[in-house]
Amino acid sequence: VSTPRQIEAPAKLREEIEAHMALYPDSRSAALPALEAAQRVHGWCSPEAIEQTAEVMGVTPAYLAAVATFYDMLETEPVGKHSVYVCTNISCSLRGADELHKAVCDAAGDDPELNVRSFECLGACDIAPMASVDGVFVGPLTLDDVPQLLDDLRAGRPVLPEKQLAARACADTEANA
Amino acid sequence: VKLLFKDIDEPGLCTLDVYSKRGGYESARKALAMTPEEVLAELEASGLRGRGGAGFAMGKKVSFLPKGQIDKYLVCNADESEPGTFKDRELMQKSPHMLIEGIVIASYAAGANRSFIYIRGEYVHQADMLDAALAEAHVAGYVGEDILGSGHSLSLVVHRGAGAYICGEETGLLDSLEGKRGNPRLKPPFPANQGLYQGPTLINNVETLATVPTIVKLGGEEYAKLGTDTSKGTKLVSVSGHVRRPGNYEIELGIPSREIIYGLAGGPEEGREVKCWFPGGSSSPVLKNEDLDLPYDFDSMAKAGSMLGSGAIIVMDDSTPILDVALKVAKFYRHESCGKCTPCREGTNWTVKMLERIDEGTATPMDIEIMASVQEHIIGNCLCVLGDAMAMPIGSMIAKFRDEFEEHIERARVRNGLGVPSGEPVAGEFARA
Repeated sequence: VSTPRQIEAPAKLREEIEAHMALYPDSRSAALPALEAAQRVHGWCSPEAIEQTAEVMGVTPAYLAAVATFYDMLETEPVGKHSVYVCTNISCSLRGADELHKAVCDAAGDDPELNVRSFECLGACDIAPMASVDGVFVGPLTLDDVPQLLDDLRAGRPVLPEKQLAARACADTEANA
Repeated sequence: VKLLFKDIDEPGLCTLDVYSKRGGYESARKALAMTPEEVLAELEASGLRGRGGAGFAMGKKVSFLPKGQIDKYLVCNADESEPGTFKDRELMQKSPHMLIEGIVIASYAAGANRSFIYIRGEYVHQADMLDAALAEAHVAGYVGEDILGSGHSLSLVVHRGAGAYICGEETGLLDSLEGKRGNPRLKPPFPANQGLYQGPTLINNVETLATVPTIVKLGGEEYAKLGTDTSKGTKLVSVSGHVRRPGNYEIELGIPSREIIYGLAGGPEEGREVKCWFPGGSSSPVLKNEDLDLPYDFDSMAKAGSMLGSGAIIVMDDSTPILDVALKVAKFYRHESCGKCTPCREGTNWTVKMLERIDEGTATPMDIEIMASVQEHIIGNCLCVLGDAMAMPIGSMIAKFRDEFEEHIERARVRNGLGVPSGEPVAGEFARA
């Protein structure tokens, strides 16, 4: 599909998108990973990001814009570069997630670097209430954890290392007997 | 009995080295030395029912795929977004090779040569672990061309989603995997005939596929000795909410629900009691305290008017207002409705509005009637079951906690100075709605 303007995706982005396209019998399957890659480069799925992706994939920008608006993790408006998704679905809210979300919002204030949002169930109800900080799951969080969470994030340190899900043992004690 | 979770926290289990030392990929070796028909026979003999939510017999699903030399696909549903469910997450993170081995065996039985793991985008760490394990499996020749000299070839791609509950619905997942918005498709045709890229496709949940190596190892008949008559084997259950030890537990199907909620997960805090619980994720109709002694298996849950679903038990203690639970659930489904079918798109929105009116104190008892009837009109009237997934639990809450809803209306109206409701709408109320 030719576009009226000459759109050039950065070489590295083009390479990454083309690598994804090669994985599928139909290259259009790469739409989500391609948009995710473009979002990483541009900070959000900006018109420019979408046009560049469309040019590499050989689809129309409108097609990709329609895809991008469907998915929660594809940002269709400018956002802060660090994401803090606070789960406020049922299991987390039973354990104080709404208060937690409010506390994180208050503490983050209008910091343009931070993208704080309430999120649907993130699949970590065992550490409720929890948040996904730039993709890293942390919990169970108390209101007292909020300042350190944001300090760690702003300083580029691992966020609340002792509360990260990755290192947590299975709750089923007999599993490791 | 621990099958999937045995030594789940053994250091390095996520690596091929440790997984192989524990007997990993021996089932794949055994299966690939059998004929695909023999492997399928074992799966059917095991009685394994899908662990993603619907509970459909896995072996039967495999047998539905047409035979012959055509492009067939296997898709692993790792979207796990049913609220309260987090079992696949732990399995993929800690034992990714078990899933890959299951996919290799199932693809052989189904005659599929291309496979995909569709994992929700939020599971960054788990997708990274799968990618690392897949790279190892490739090098070792467990995935790729002519696996272990069997003549069976399989490509496998870990595909990351981007945040949409509906992509856990199998046809929505397929559209998403094709690079589109994740809108569900009309069924039939079922994916077994026309799925990914219009080709025959086997779609199974992570836990279902991860169970396959165990079935091959034990033999289908041996596996079927576990569990109940119609619910065979073990199940991973995710327990969350008001319990002292939330987490994943592997149980033999058919044990009393009380044993899971109280025995394993520790039950609610001291002095609190279970008010109600979702037995299978937030889409399952709620059960009450008096249902705690029901055996936890597919049919007992169905007989009690609910479902085992994904095996996600969410517990609410007696301090929880049922209205808060209903609102949370309804808002979630409103947010996640893809908007394709009117009953779901409008029904979820109306339900949220009516619940908000109850909360604000501008509702009348008539709203409960209307809300109950809206739920009935959603069920069975859409392409997929997302609408039903709200209508079933909300309907069950209205039926089982009607007094509480009425009481809330009354209290909130008095608070607002609207007086005790008469059952008739107050003038101007509908205009405001």
